Amino acid sequence: MILLFLILILLAGGALAWITGKWSDLLPRVISLVALSLDLILLIAIYNGQSAAGNNSWWIDYRVDWIPTFGISLHLAIDGLSMLLLALTMFIGLVSVLISWKEIHEKTGFFHFNILWILSGISGVFLSMDLFLFYFFWELMLVPMYFLISIWGHENRIYASYKFFIYTQASGLLMFLSIIALYFIHGRSTGIYTFDYIQLLGTTMAPTVAFILMSGFLAAFLVKLPVVPFHNWLPDAHTEAPTAGSVILAGLLLKTGAYGLIRFVLPLFPEASVTFAPAGMILGVIGILYGAKLAFAQTDLKRLVAYTSVSHMGFVILGVYAFNEIAMQGVVVQMIAHALSTGALFILVGQLYERIHTRDMDRMGGLWKQVPVMGATGIIFAMASLGLPGLGNFIAEFLILAGTFQASILMTCLACAGLVAATIYSLRIVQKVFLGKEKTTWNISDLSVREKIISASLVITLVYLGMLPQQVIDTAKPSVLKSLNSIEQTRSQNTGKPTGEASIWCDEINTDGASAKYLKCKLW
Amino acid sequence: MVDFSYTVWILLIPLIMFVVVGLFGNRFKPLVSGIAGTAGLFVMWILSLITAYKYFFVLEKAADGSFQKLLAFNMRWLNLTDTLHIDMGVLLDPISIMMLIVITTVSFMVHVYSIGYMDGEKGFMRFFATLSLFSFSMLGLVVATNLFQMYIFWELVGVSSYLLIGFYYTRDSAVAASKKAFIVTRFADLGFLIGILMLSFSTGTFDFLTLTGANSPAFSSGTGILFLGLSTMTWSMIFIFMGGAGKSAMFPLHIWLPDAMEGPTPVSALIHAATMVVAGVYLVARLFPIYIFAAPVALDVVMYVGAFSSIFAAIIACTQFDIKRVLAYSTMSQIGMMMFALGVSGYGGHEGLGYMASMFHLFTHAFFKSLLFLGAGAIIHAVHTNVMNEMGGLRKYLPITHATFLIACLAIAGIPPLSGFFSKDEILAAGHDKSMLLYIVESIVSGLTAFYMFRLYFSIFWGKETHYHHTPHEASKTMTIPLMLLAVGALLAGLIPFSMFVSSDRMPFHSHIEMGIAIPAVLVGLIGIFTAMLFYRKETSLPDKIYNALGGFSKAAFHKFYIDEVYLFITKKIIFNYISRPIAWFDRHIVDGAMNGIAYVTNETSEGIKRFQSGQLQHYALVFVSGVILFTLLFTYLLTN
Repeated sequence: MILLFLILILLAGGALAWITGKWSDLLPRVISLVALSLDLILLIAIYNGQSAAGNNSWWIDYRVDWIPTFGISLHLAIDGLSMLLLALTMFIGLVSVLISWKEIHEKTGFFHFNILWILSGISGVFLSMDLFLFYFFWELMLVPMYFLISIWGHENRIYASYKFFIYTQASGLLMFLSIIALYFIHGRSTGIYTFDYIQLLGTTMAPTVAFILMSGFLAAFLVKLPVVPFHNWLPDAHTEAPTAGSVILAGLLLKTGAYGLIRFVLPLFPEASVTFAPAGMILGVIGILYGAKLAFAQTDLKRLVAYTSVSHMGFVILGVYAFNEIAMQGVVVQMIAHALSTGALFILVGQLYERIHTRDMDRMGGLWKQVPVMGATGIIFAMASLGLPGLGNFIAEFLILAGTFQASILMTCLACAGLVAATIYSLRIVQKVFLGKEKTTWNISDLSVREKIISASLVITLVYLGMLPQQVIDTAKPSVLKSLNSIEQTRSQNTGKPTGEASIWCDEINTDGASAKYLKCKLW
Repeated sequence: MVDFSYTVWILLIPLIMFVVVGLFGNRFKPLVSGIAGTAGLFVMWILSLITAYKYFFVLEKAADGSFQKLLAFNMRWLNLTDTLHIDMGVLLDPISIMMLIVITTVSFMVHVYSIGYMDGEKGFMRFFATLSLFSFSMLGLVVATNLFQMYIFWELVGVSSYLLIGFYYTRDSAVAASKKAFIVTRFADLGFLIGILMLSFSTGTFDFLTLTGANSPAFSSGTGILFLGLSTMTWSMIFIFMGGAGKSAMFPLHIWLPDAMEGPTPVSALIHAATMVVAGVYLVARLFPIYIFAAPVALDVVMYVGAFSSIFAAIIACTQFDIKRVLAYSTMSQIGMMMFALGVSGYGGHEGLGYMASMFHLFTHAFFKSLLFLGAGAIIHAVHTNVMNEMGGLRKYLPITHATFLIACLAIAGIPPLSGFFSKDEILAAGHDKSMLLYIVESIVSGLTAFYMFRLYFSIFWGKETHYHHTPHEASKTMTIPLMLLAVGALLAGLIPFSMFVSSDRMPFHSHIEMGIAIPAVLVGLIGIFTAMLFYRKETSLPDKIYNALGGFSKAAFHKFYIDEVYLFITKKIIFNYISRPIAWFDRHIVDGAMNGIAYVTNETSEGIKRFQSGQLQHYALVFVSGVILFTLLFTYLLTN
């Protein structure tokens, strides 16, 4: 029941914000903050109760029938991975409300309604254990986001919002097809027609069918992630959205794609995933390098940051398809770290835009002198984005690379080059905005107290994630193993023996030439 | 048992300093942050000295008479899987203790000096905060207990170097230089990272104690041929050396070091002369047993790269006019010698002379090179120029700087009994044992070293007196005292019986001066000095004549052998034209084009149905309709299967 409350609080808060927005600008903001804080407190309570219980599988499982005729139920469950992502959702939500405090003055009520409904859709996605329900929430987050971009966005917002809507809607439909097909296939073979995730696990089907169904899911998730060549909606949507929209897009919406891969694609279609893995890794590497390359070519600061997302999310898909525990843990950390660091960069862009009303980097320069605090935080966020040790992204990228190394050395080396590219584009942000000579004389003020609180909370969480990621890793571990379990089984069926590769990375330590041989066969 | 757990404070003090000064420094007068930083460094310095004393003289040696390697502090940082975990800790052995001494000593001197040098600069507080960050990262690097910890601090050192080179951030040249340094070293770190992954993958550990111990898994695993006829272990050690070469400015990854001179001079003295740039040497020394027993080919690479860098940089140094750049190339050349010495070294006792010589030279070099940089800073402070042609006759105005600078020049030129003589002599002796050709090359390098250092010395302090705008005067006490203290170090550091403390197998041994090596070396040095005296003590046209006589070669050397231009050509011309442009074209025309094409078709079709639909979502509707059709087709297929 408490899981249902998590979503209902946001939905109700959104409705309330819209209504009260008629009378006051302040009320919707306060209501949003309260609703999100309430959720965050609930989550902390769940987490604490859980760690006391020490149960490793699903923490809470809530199920009531919704439309029993079609086997649709209101099935929500939470485990470590959902927990982390939900906490992230509420945190990013709070940040989004806070940064919009001064930025948004039009239709404040409706704005906050949209924010909260997006967040409730996202929470639903992270909680759903019923595929129909999952699809419902998946769609729920789209429409408010469409409004968010098209009403409060920048110059080119209509085009961007269309593009966003079409891409995600079309790909979402493909997933829906797959869900329906899976429903019927499962029903035919077992006689039980249900959308329930747990029951659908282990549905037997022909490899071709599995691959086609998986493609439907992949279409939705890879577009969201996004993966090159389906990334084109992202730079437009991110750039044109209001700051809060960009932060939610980068921080949370992209993560639903990664979550979908881990939670649904791998366990539901293990064999097809193994077949797809090499392609997935190649897509990841292409995304890393391609996104970085394009980021480097931008002069619009916000667009630059948007492209870095493409690059960072390339690491996610690379890590997912490396199929091992270390890489997968890296993926989880990367999801959180990327949300924080890229969100922070979008906030930085927003703060700059509020002051100088341009996103053109060629007109900035030498701003550090004027805004020392903003400059210092900006440098920290850029450093996080380039993977500096001590900040979250480093751990994530290292774990992903270390895990990928076992799957393919060539891919790892190429992905490593992404780190250099990340250095180049991140330093470019710092250099173009804060360092050098002033190109235009701006007379601007440094961060206000509200902005300082936002920036400080992001810096603190990034440092925490970089210095003490153990808690995150431990929390996510059971979920990660759950997801990899089916893959492991498939693989051992294929090869006839367990796949414990020889290394510290896995169980046994090998000696002599074995590793060289192994490395060699993985080299290409 | 002697307790060393307090050594963790040597790391924590600068970290606390960084956080406190960084957050609250601007609440106080700038001077407060300077003094706080210096005081912190003083405590760390004392702690390091105590540690060295306790380690070398109080602590019992291991059963076979060698110095122990001990974990003064260790904690489990990350538990990743059942078998993989990552530790953080403090590892004490002779070389890490030597580095502690070098870093804290030079850093302390630089802190004191900076209080005078940076006085009145905007960003005084930022300067000291970043220096603390640097000290923290550098110390964390040298006491690392495992490769992963080393990599973390390695990157942090890179960032502090970035921030310090770009300290004058309104100056475009400084910003460009800091960016270049960071990107080049980060590129090299790519190799380091891949090397770490390969090494730990085949040996099953990150841990230095295991990796370099007697029964290291590195000696037995990874011996199979991986690629191009070299074993896994060789490849991983070559990759790791790539990281070291980047930080230590070895050819061809050296291009960032001369530009890094855009940073404040105390920073050059600390980071780009004494500490960070020798990290690569330290890395190779740290993994030395693996190099020598499991990857001798990689060690040969170290030797050749070192030897080539040393002569390459020495030649360029003879042609430069910016005094800081001369010193930068000199640093590169000296580090090349250290790498060379490691490359020729064997293991154990006199066999391992090269190892000991390399560490010894690292130690003495830290003193005289930081002294040279600080002296250069005092000179620049006095005459407001970097170019040696605009100086001359300064010995009258800057007596203390002059005396200390001369000591440093003599030391680097290898004149007995100054410190450089001893360490350089050992390097040449080690080289002589291994290869005659490389021995001759290194002798030439040491002759060139003497020449370009005294070219610098005579041009600055002798020669024709330039007309100065203001009469140059000696710097304040805070600047001259560190100079004098470092001069004492440069004078006496060579007298330490180094081989009794540091050796390849940590077993003390006696090394002695071989006259057959020492006498020619000193002669070569003297020849270099006298040539420089002839050329530069009084203004003559001789240098120009020789410069012209060498024609294209000297021009090439003056232009640093066009390495920067080669890089520019590769990055700007080749990568930009053949990679970036096609990608940009691809993105614009193919990816976006395809999608716009679909959109166009959709638009055209929707013209047809527009009559039936109003509102903005006709695209959505069309997609939906086509989706339903597709769905029906697919569905029929799946269900009939």
